[in-house]
Amino acid sequence: MEILNLKGTEDTPTILLDKKNGIFEISGRSLPEDSAEFYKPVIEWINAYATAANPTTEFAFKLEYFNTASSKLILDVLSALEEIKGVKVIWYFHDDDEDMEEAGQEFSELVEIPFEFKTY
Amino acid sequence: MNYIYELHRTMMSQKLILVYDGDFTQETTKSILSMAERNLDSSGEDSGTKRKVFNVMVEALQNIVKHSSEQGLQAGSLVSKSAIFMISKDDKRYCVMTGNPIPKANVTGLTKNLEDLNSKDKEGLKEMYKDIIKNTQISEKGGAGLGFVDMARKSGEKLEFSFSSMDADYDFFCLKVNISREKE
Repeated sequence: MEILNLKGTEDTPTILLDKKNGIFEISGRSLPEDSAEFYKPVIEWINAYATAANPTTEFAFKLEYFNTASSKLILDVLSALEEIKGVKVIWYFHDDDEDMEEAGQEFSELVEIPFEFKTY
Repeated sequence: MNYIYELHRTMMSQKLILVYDGDFTQETTKSILSMAERNLDSSGEDSGTKRKVFNVMVEALQNIVKHSSEQGLQAGSLVSKSAIFMISKDDKRYCVMTGNPIPKANVTGLTKNLEDLNSKDKEGLKEMYKDIIKNTQISEKGGAGLGFVDMARKSGEKLEFSFSSMDADYDFFCLKVNISREKE
């Protein structure tokens, strides 16, 4: 399966989805002008991956900031992940960033996926 | 030329650290954010406060971008371009303020939305946020309808707003979001 590798910019996150090496990560800042358009290839990649997923998938969110339009799409990403067996979300936040921790907790209440919280 | 000094004095007396008036796009949003971020960084602001201010700025700016593009093709350029964004800072708080034209027909609905938000406590806003994120699709303009809810949550205070009549069709919508600099 092809690797999805998007380099982050000042308003879009870095995305690395690599089935072979078991790396699944969204990191940085997410406030694109058109969040639906930006996350479309990510969701398509996950849907394709779901049909032949690795036995376990640790999907990391290491976001510094995301806007509300992105939060809707992050929920869509999580919903796509729900279809995968053996998936776990690792939600990273700065140790003094309560809002990012709370955002992760809220997402965890909206989907049926185990979340692990880590600081960085 | 007196208005230059007057404007400068107003900015000083209102403790404005950044004012932008004109056309709003994603590009101007990014420039304003990076200017404001530099200002927050250089003043050594507490990181939690900094993040909240940044957060409110993004939602406020993207709200204007979204609405000015909706109006871009109609009305005169006076209407489509005359939005304003500013930040003030004093010992106690930052205020993120915006002003932009909205069709008079939308005033009642917007007022109701904002009053509804202002009637909610922290838990109520959280429930509202989760409810909207679960049940709505992204609108054509890329908004999820979450912007005001998020601003209210990050602020922790009531959103202040007012409308001034511009002409027969438009009101100028002013919004003020306070972010306390004092630790909870």
